[in-house]
Amino acid sequence: MNAVMLFGLCGPVLVGLGLFGLITNPQPLRKILAFNLLGTGTFLLFGVIARRGAAAGLGGDPVPQALVITGIVVAFAATAMAIALLLRLFQETGQAALDSGDPNGTSAPTDVS
Amino acid sequence: MTAVPYIFTVIAISAGAFFFLAGTVGLLRFPDTLTRLHALTKADNLGLGLIVFGLLPLVEWPFGAFKLISVWLLLQLSGSIVAQLIANFVRREEAHE
Amino acid sequence: MTITFIFDAILVVLLLTVAIWIIVARAAFSAVLAFVAYGLLLAVVWVELSAIDIALTEAAIGSGVTGMILLGAASRLRETEAAVVSAGRPLILAAALLCAVIAAALAALVLSPPSTVFTLAPETMAHLHESGLGNPVAGVLFVYRAFDTLLEKVVVVLALVGVWSLAPDRFWGGIPGLQVSQQPNSVLTLLSQLLPPLGIVFGIYMFWTGANNPGGAFQGGTVLAAMWILVMIAGLQNPPSTNWRWLRVLVVLGPAIFLAIGLAGFGLAGAFLAYPPGYAKPLIIVAEAALTLSIGVALGLLAAGPPERVAQQ
Repeated sequence: MNAVMLFGLCGPVLVGLGLFGLITNPQPLRKILAFNLLGTGTFLLFGVIARRGAAAGLGGDPVPQALVITGIVVAFAATAMAIALLLRLFQETGQAALDSGDPNGTSAPTDVS
Repeated sequence: MTAVPYIFTVIAISAGAFFFLAGTVGLLRFPDTLTRLHALTKADNLGLGLIVFGLLPLVEWPFGAFKLISVWLLLQLSGSIVAQLIANFVRREEAHE
Repeated sequence: MTITFIFDAILVVLLLTVAIWIIVARAAFSAVLAFVAYGLLLAVVWVELSAIDIALTEAAIGSGVTGMILLGAASRLRETEAAVVSAGRPLILAAALLCAVIAAALAALVLSPPSTVFTLAPETMAHLHESGLGNPVAGVLFVYRAFDTLLEKVVVVLALVGVWSLAPDRFWGGIPGLQVSQQPNSVLTLLSQLLPPLGIVFGIYMFWTGANNPGGAFQGGTVLAAMWILVMIAGLQNPPSTNWRWLRVLVVLGPAIFLAIGLAGFGLAGAFLAYPPGYAKPLIIVAEAALTLSIGVALGLLAAGPPERVAQQ
């Protein structure tokens, strides 16, 4: 078991943790955080595969590394969009919850467009 | 065999690590936010300075050394300003109570 | 059991501890702070995996700008945290079982690698010198998989359009509601006067050196965006009105120039995004410069958020 294998086992644990947080935590902001955790765990798996492909004098296979860079930027774009959606939901309904509202009627919207 | 630079590096980095440890102990043991900020800014900056000092013999001169020292100076700048901002916020919160 | 293995083991333990703290923390604010620390630890892990370009990108975008917008959202949503009903016990147990199974399956994949490692490193290095680049990751991003990079930039522009479209109709084209510091002459003003000149030089340097060393357009553009966000938050400059034509031109400039170079490849070199021999490096530098500027503007606007007030005429 060398260090790369250690990182390679850390990746699936992060994926499992992120997925667990995504499913169980009711607040949308925590779901976004868990989704980012899931994403970085997947990128770590890619990084370990890249490290295993070290050849031709390089420290790692550059193709998975470039894919991870693309992935990090796209994950940020998705997170920005998700947070904008969440803040808009908060502006409209006064609460940041994904449930369909309580039986006594929803709270009054604070900003109607 | 020039072992002297490596001995110097090990001693300086160990001293820097000790100061980081002291700063962390202060973070955990001090009673309120302002004293904790004091521990973090003073001890951590000194620790980082010692680590940078210890790494100087190992990098190429002058540009590598210049980059390391500028890392230390930039961290001092941002660390002290962030500490001031947090301390101002704590003061305002206490004044409102 | 070498020293570096002990260091890596401690790093992994720290990383997992902070990741668990993200999931189980009570307040969203402390979870977001743990996320920023997690991103920085992950950047050190990337350096250990000999992927320095990824470490730069993770520290800048993954932990830096993402942490910033998450902190803003956490502080705005602070009062909604009281009325939260946590998930029931059966769901938690079922989710834990499912996640454990998935993690175990992935770990089994990692522990049983194929006997012959398939790698594209030799083929990457074989033709890299023809493009004039010295950084293999930059070569993959701008020569071999340039189409992915073009689409990635378009995704960022689409995300920006999506964020803008979330404003109420009457605010379309207005000024983003970035939360600006309320203290006019604080130390934040000092920081935002001292740091941006250094930051701009550093961002341009990161883009320029990305051709031969770790770095590149995305990392340099993020540093430029961070300097712009700092200046806006300190109140030295107002967020621009999203109606402003030059702002929109700057956002689209990067992908537009990259697309134009790609289409010109049809005539000059026979395929989309192919470079004529001998002119590859100048074309890549031009495309990267435009991309750096566009990414700086687009990331700054993504962090500023949707428009929340109308520009005064």
